[in-house]
Amino acid sequence: MSVDAPPDREAAGSRTTSPGPRQRRSLAERFAPYGYISPFFLLFGAFGLFPLAFTLWLSFFEFRLGGGDPQFLGLENYVWLFGSDAFYNALLNTLTIGLLSTVPQLCIALALAHQLNYSMRLRNFFRVSMIIPYATSLVAATLVFGSIFSNSAGGLANVLIGLVGLDPVSWTNGKWTAQFAIAVIVTWHWAGYNALIYLAGMQSIPQDLYEAAAIDGASRWHQFLHVTLPGLRPTILFTIVVSTIGATQLFTEPFLFGNGAGGGALGQYQVIAMYMYEVAFTFGRLGRASAIAMVLLVLVIALVLLNTGLARLKMRDRPIRTTPSGGAR
Amino acid sequence: MTRDTDTAGRPPAAAPTGSPTRRRYRRQDQAGVGTYVALTITALLFLFPLYYSIVAASHTPSDLYDGQPPLFPGPGLFDNLARALDQAELFEALGRSLVVSGTVTASTVFFCTIAGFAFAKLRFTGRTALFGIALATLTIPPTLGIVPLYVVMSRLGLVNNLASVILPAAVTAFGVFFMRQYISQALPDELIEAATVDGAGLNRILFSIVLPIARPGMAVLGILSFMASWNDFLWPFIAVRNSPTIQVAVAGIGAGYTPDIAVILAGTVIATVPLIVVTAIFGRQIVGGITAGAVKS
Repeated sequence: MSVDAPPDREAAGSRTTSPGPRQRRSLAERFAPYGYISPFFLLFGAFGLFPLAFTLWLSFFEFRLGGGDPQFLGLENYVWLFGSDAFYNALLNTLTIGLLSTVPQLCIALALAHQLNYSMRLRNFFRVSMIIPYATSLVAATLVFGSIFSNSAGGLANVLIGLVGLDPVSWTNGKWTAQFAIAVIVTWHWAGYNALIYLAGMQSIPQDLYEAAAIDGASRWHQFLHVTLPGLRPTILFTIVVSTIGATQLFTEPFLFGNGAGGGALGQYQVIAMYMYEVAFTFGRLGRASAIAMVLLVLVIALVLLNTGLARLKMRDRPIRTTPSGGAR
Repeated sequence: MTRDTDTAGRPPAAAPTGSPTRRRYRRQDQAGVGTYVALTITALLFLFPLYYSIVAASHTPSDLYDGQPPLFPGPGLFDNLARALDQAELFEALGRSLVVSGTVTASTVFFCTIAGFAFAKLRFTGRTALFGIALATLTIPPTLGIVPLYVVMSRLGLVNNLASVILPAAVTAFGVFFMRQYISQALPDELIEAATVDGAGLNRILFSIVLPIARPGMAVLGILSFMASWNDFLWPFIAVRNSPTIQVAVAGIGAGYTPDIAVILAGTVIATVPLIVVTAIFGRQIVGGITAGAVKS
């Protein structure tokens, strides 16, 4: 927390000649802080918070893209949603693609951060190379990977798996092959970004802990397990929360991978955000799409609470680890 | 919420006692050959899709898929680039993206900086509560609001108007949070006190002291905002389909019945190169921004 600037009192004490600052400060000055924050809150309220509230309202109405007035339906949109096979399919695909991309992505990031944490030549080059995928737009990344994971036998991915003796794969047609390819794109895009976050976390672990561990005879690997990982716990939690939320929002990669909101002929890789998009803008049912958004919101909040809840539990188990920075540990 | 847990144990650690930078690296282990090999391979893997898009954009589709895929650039790059620019009107799209990202960046940086300053250094009723609201919304993904946002924009008559893409991105909770953090560390309270004693009003303090001191933080926020805006796809795809930004336009090249993959990838090259240049120039600042945002958030 920052220390507030308490200019008034000190100024009044040191300068008796000038009029009291409290009086000198006009009304306008005292309301200035609100002036500084109001553009943010106005814009954010209008285009960030209001749409969320509006989503809830819309989810109780039948409202068509083409126009017409909203008609109150009560819970009917939700009843429809929970009876929709496509919804469960999309939910399940979101989960599997989420797992396929989040877990490897974070493990790779951790390994990369560990390597980056050594002192080395070309340090900045390697660090900047980590954000190249992040700087590449998802559209570009997906289109490039789409051509690599081409269904034709001459596509790069098929040629590569051919080197180890596998037959060419029709990537977009199979469920798992498509989900794998999408997970590769997601992992490629985010692994380096997360590695930098882990690196920052690692650098805030006091060096003394490593020295103490080394004196006690802990090997590199044991130091990683017993010093680095516990010290990184808050950072790891942070990345898990951010990437699971990101996984529920996945859209661009599967959408452009198969070129459409359907997610393959059988919806093999249609995820929840694509389903919401399809219901809203292909089928024109904005009320129903809003119900999907609300379910998604509940899912996000549940994930965040679950993750923080788990973290609290673990923190309580190991009170020492929660303040690795505290002077004498 | 989550952020609190994260913050709880760490911020002091970011600046350990003594001289942090020297200590941190002096005692650190030297990298072995394995580290260099692993990081070099990773860097190549991270760069490969970009390289491959140039390779693919310089061949014909039949070169790409009949037989061995090419691994080196061919002769057709400028041909395909020209076709991409022509077919998808990418020049117009680049111009629109420049307008959108430029406006979004300027507005995000300015509004988030003054709000961050207020939250960092000024005392006013409701400060904690208001900041809490801003913080809580950090975890709510914008994707959730696109349906009603579309309704709002069509009521305002802004669909296919660049304003519909600019307004929702004009400020971010992350920006406020980031600038508050930056200003509370970079700007000593004494400076504000001294200026107040000398009779400077708040606006004077803001423009003569806060903004100059916050400039490095503002630059980082600006780069991150520009990147996010430039690369955004879902909402522009819905809101400005008929006057597309660069990402929407590039995604649209493939929509034909017989998409020419070489032209598509030429489009991705055009859409990507500006940001790769930005990254090459400001790489260290971006790295700093990403890590600062995470550690302190």
